[in-house]
Amino acid sequence: METIKIEVPQMADLFAEGKTPEYLFWVGSAGAFDDRYKKVTQSFVKILYHLKTDYAVLGIEETDSGDIARRSGNEMLFQMQAQMNIEVLNGYGVKKIITCDPHDYNVLKNEYPELGGNYEVTHHTEFIWNNIQSGKIKLKPTSNPEILTYHDPCYLGRANKIYEPPRNILKALGYNLSEMPRNRSFALCCGAGGGQMFKEAEKGNKEVFIERTEEAIGLNPKIIATACPFCMTMMTDGIKYKNREEVTLNKDIAELVADQLVY
Amino acid sequence: MGFFAWTIKRIFDYFKLLKPAFPIKEIGKRLILTLEVAIGQTKILRRPVIGMLHALVWWGFIVILFGSIEMIVDGLFGTERILSFLGFFYTILMAGGDLFGLIILVAILIFLIRRNILKVKRFEGVEMKKISHQDANVALGLIGLLMVTLLGMNTFYLLSTTHEIQGFYPVSSYLAGFFINVDYETTLILHEANWWGHILLIFLFANILPYSKHFHVFMSVPNVFLTKLKPLGYIDNMPIIENEVRSMINPESGAAETDQEIGRFGMKDVEDGTWKNYLDSLACTQCGRCTSVCPANITGKLLSPRKLMIDFRARMKEKGPQLLKDKSFDDGKSLLRDYISEEEIWACTLCNACAQECPINMNHPDIIISLRRYLVMEESAAPAGLNSIFQNIENNGAPWQFSQEDRMKWADEIFIQK
Repeated sequence: METIKIEVPQMADLFAEGKTPEYLFWVGSAGAFDDRYKKVTQSFVKILYHLKTDYAVLGIEETDSGDIARRSGNEMLFQMQAQMNIEVLNGYGVKKIITCDPHDYNVLKNEYPELGGNYEVTHHTEFIWNNIQSGKIKLKPTSNPEILTYHDPCYLGRANKIYEPPRNILKALGYNLSEMPRNRSFALCCGAGGGQMFKEAEKGNKEVFIERTEEAIGLNPKIIATACPFCMTMMTDGIKYKNREEVTLNKDIAELVADQLVY
Repeated sequence: MGFFAWTIKRIFDYFKLLKPAFPIKEIGKRLILTLEVAIGQTKILRRPVIGMLHALVWWGFIVILFGSIEMIVDGLFGTERILSFLGFFYTILMAGGDLFGLIILVAILIFLIRRNILKVKRFEGVEMKKISHQDANVALGLIGLLMVTLLGMNTFYLLSTTHEIQGFYPVSSYLAGFFINVDYETTLILHEANWWGHILLIFLFANILPYSKHFHVFMSVPNVFLTKLKPLGYIDNMPIIENEVRSMINPESGAAETDQEIGRFGMKDVEDGTWKNYLDSLACTQCGRCTSVCPANITGKLLSPRKLMIDFRARMKEKGPQLLKDKSFDDGKSLLRDYISEEEIWACTLCNACAQECPINMNHPDIIISLRRYLVMEESAAPAGLNSIFQNIENNGAPWQFSQEDRMKWADEIFIQK
């Protein structure tokens, strides 16, 4: 057993050497700064390392995608962010992008093109599933097939109709996948979208994340799996609120895969 | 018929007051969508049981429509069963219409019971006034009467005709058995009475519809055909702001310092909305599937996607006639605040569950985004939490107060064991 430190390649460095990597890994603001989601970013990098993927990140040249600004009505700020990002991405000749954030996935894929940013955008769950199918990712199935439920992020599911790749990965990992009553296109939002994560909730009789967490823990799962930084925050808060930290874990699909890679 | 034409023209005039939404392209794709969602009822069948009842009523309407057209032609030109030359197909049409007459009648009774006796939660809410229920009951009652007169017409046709019977009427043949002892003269009169009752009800129904939420009957197929085809996650671009920012970032780009009238950013009142917003609001029959899946509404917040549609239509009804006379008309009221409150607008998570659920592909988040754009860009009236993330994104490129320089810190220590 030896310990290896992974170096994450940066676009500027490769560019200086005259290289253009196949993929750009778009880290996103949450992936770079949110303490919990940084772990997911690191896990995904381990998967990229394992696959020997030819990739790089923008590093400090990346700036917020503008997604939250746009959905909060601040189009001016969105345009600033989007146009700056597109200038950098096009400057490096980026063709393919992978990201762990469904919100950034959505803007990059659906909203950047009409501003001049045309890329083939893949979410990490699609990327992982493609590589499982082609046999490049081998997994050792979990020795303890516990109950796991998957929470569909709105911007992966309803917004972009990606429902099955995450589920296929979870099955490949050997978990006992148990569905919440509201799943796939019927899934209930975690409550963080549209800027909600950064503001006080309006008056009501419950927080959305509690409603969703209750639905999940109704299945008595060992793990609630997600594939989005905002869902992650909300479900983690919900588990805490329900005092279930000892019983239920909140994991991103990238983390589960990284833990079960066969090297 | 004249009154109906006047009403429809007036509604079309309102569309001229509105902003463009998207060009209507990809006709093939739209036709397929219409076949699936409108004709095939795929979205209402997301709730299989009650959805099937609606689907049966709708499919029944389509079959019965042929008979109604025949009645109008017969009535206008004094012909008798003009479509009977269709032979076997005519038999099928008439048999189908007769059978659907009964099925629709049963469905209508179930709908009335659900609304008035079971009081299904989906039909309640702040926006559901007494008038909404009256509106629904009138429409359901009229449809019920239409079916009663249809079956009556068929039954007494069978009993009164002296010619060879055209078509086949399974339900009415059975019903005729109960009236076998009625004398011939009376059956003739009853046939005429039902015929006239049915055709008058059709005209009455058609003229009430444009003023009712059941305008749905006319508008939903066009609304499905005119669906916003982009993925649900997509939000419309604002080219004016795009160009303004382009010239800010790169003044030499020549990207339009436009002299054109910029107008208002976002939507304050109905005339800032698009034709699609208004079409949605006309097609909405207030079924409330959107509201029943809205996370904000489920957790007791004021927001109800159905209310957005009701409000848009009501405000257009109030302001539209005045705007047609004077484009700059201002009554000191607006859709924002007088109809839709800030509290509702900011409670939305933009999860798109409402748009996903809508059986006729309306897009509620479009209205939310437009109203938010007005609040933020014209009034700087975002909630405090959002204002501070705007500031952070401007200053350091992330919603949180971390330095841009620290954006790679996550990569400092990643280890694997092999």
